[in-house]
Amino acid sequence: MLSFILQRVFQSGIVLLIVGLVAFSMFRFVGDPIDNMLGQERTDADIERLRDQLGLDKPFVVQYYKFLEGAVQGNFGISYRQGRPVSEILVERAPATLELAAVSGFLAISFGVALGVFTAIRRNGIAANVIMTVSLIGVSLPTFLIGILLIYLFSVELGWLPSFGRGETVEVGGWRTGFLTASGLKALILPSITLGLYQMTLIMRLVRSEMLEVLRADYIRFARARGLREKTINFRHALKNTLVPVITVTGLQLGAIIAFAIITETVFQWPGVGLLFINAIQFVDIPVMAAYLMLISVMFVGINLIVDLLYFAIDPRLRADKATV
Amino acid sequence: MTQFWNSDFMWSFRHAPVAIVSFCVVALLVFCAVFAPLIAPFDPFDPSTLNLMNGFSKPMEPNAFTGDSFWLGTDDQGRDVFSTILYGMRISLFVGFAAVLFAMVLGISLGLIAGYVGGWTETIIMRTADVQLTFPSILVAMLIFGIAKGFTPVELRDQMAIWVLIIAIGLSDWVQFARVVRGAALVEKNKEYVQAAQLIGRSSFAIMLRHILPNVLSPVLVIATISLALAIIAEATLSFLGVGAPPTQPSLGTLIRIGQGFLFSGEWWILFFPAVTLLTLALSVNLLGDWLRDAMNPRLK
Repeated sequence: MLSFILQRVFQSGIVLLIVGLVAFSMFRFVGDPIDNMLGQERTDADIERLRDQLGLDKPFVVQYYKFLEGAVQGNFGISYRQGRPVSEILVERAPATLELAAVSGFLAISFGVALGVFTAIRRNGIAANVIMTVSLIGVSLPTFLIGILLIYLFSVELGWLPSFGRGETVEVGGWRTGFLTASGLKALILPSITLGLYQMTLIMRLVRSEMLEVLRADYIRFARARGLREKTINFRHALKNTLVPVITVTGLQLGAIIAFAIITETVFQWPGVGLLFINAIQFVDIPVMAAYLMLISVMFVGINLIVDLLYFAIDPRLRADKATV
Repeated sequence: MTQFWNSDFMWSFRHAPVAIVSFCVVALLVFCAVFAPLIAPFDPFDPSTLNLMNGFSKPMEPNAFTGDSFWLGTDDQGRDVFSTILYGMRISLFVGFAAVLFAMVLGISLGLIAGYVGGWTETIIMRTADVQLTFPSILVAMLIFGIAKGFTPVELRDQMAIWVLIIAIGLSDWVQFARVVRGAALVEKNKEYVQAAQLIGRSSFAIMLRHILPNVLSPVLVIATISLALAIIAEATLSFLGVGAPPTQPSLGTLIRIGQGFLFSGEWWILFFPAVTLLTLALSVNLLGDWLRDAMNPRLK
């Protein structure tokens, strides 16, 4: 047990070290860091001082260690494009992305589970079939086209909702939120639907197939025989037993939501971390790219580690499997 | 030829209308893309044929100033939308095919080595694959594109963008191939024909390439088709985000990006037709892949 956990943590650590190495080599070898930082007006003394300060004369391993040390403390250097510390920009941009991701995740889970249960119970109904067909189309449409389609319908044709930006925001204790104003909430609607749609269909299909499986089980038949109400059977007995795989998949999808936020944020010009990253790629703003790369890797590796460990805690069979492999 | 026509594979093809239709659509689109310079009524990248007065012509309607008529209208600079779509599809399909080919060669080689050689090599290859699989492939492609762009010299960036794009999408997509090929290779390597080949002293390289590879190809073909649809969409997404094909070589995604700017002013055709073309292309390749998967699965027969 302990060795398995240690092994997993060790592997995650190695992955992060490799990602760090990639980020560091971008930082170190793309262009000349001194050129990038000092600009046109500089003296030889400036160059010497900065070279010394950055430790560019030290061996590669020492430099890499320094870089990691900085990264762990949240110090990723200064953005070439905005001339401000990357960490400061990230902190400023994070609330927008996190709010968008939270609302999308909430939409995906609530509608996904509800529609999944509905399509499973009314398996042969017309409405259920329509939902399943529409969901197929939804999966094959690329995210950015869904966003454009929604903008066309609700912003251009109907003029109900804004097509870009966050609307008015209020700052509460250093956190710039769009939850507290009407325009902020309105601005959230289209982007969060765009971002959550794919995950919603995924959760819906998963819940549906799990429900169909469970509804065939013996204990459901016994519950029916005991004369329990359909509602109690469907929600108390069946749904509860489908939740374990749903929770794991949802957990893994958390990372995907943050990743796909890049696309949604670009379509809606949402001032979050994803848009920052795309702009950084366009303008080859290495410190921002490196910081995003590190952040997203820590997040993905962390989520996967947690899911792995949870599996291990929940399912005793895995422990036996591991012993034989 | 008749033998091929009467094979199981062709029999199931002839009896699947969806497969026939999607195959015809894909074939038609590929044909149009390959022969774009001959089919397209205008060369959208030759400034001498452009007339700014033709800008924003509506589809199928004569232009108010010049009286010229364009099937699918024109964009702001008077470029024929139909022609730009044909040329854009050329880029999209080229990047898609090249990226899948790259992913396939890389995935098959690494998969064969992992399955046949085993040991430490296998552990390293498959662990890398596992780690990469936990990241969404579009994100991997974006990161690779960004890193590669950083390493290319500034003056070459636009020229190299297409190749960087191919490498980025290819590298984000090799894992599926490697996993399937490794699995198949593990099974094949213990069969008698491989042992016979080992006994007569053929090299490992020859055994992998000439003996095992031909026997693991059919699942590879299925994955390649589905990957093609994914690669086309990935390319369109990256180009749409402005981190793919450069404006000098617009793909379908770039055209959609350009068209999005005219959505509010009512020039819907600049966005609509490239988007529909992209969807048709991706959907028919996808349907073809679905059918191929069923047709090549012996358990379903």
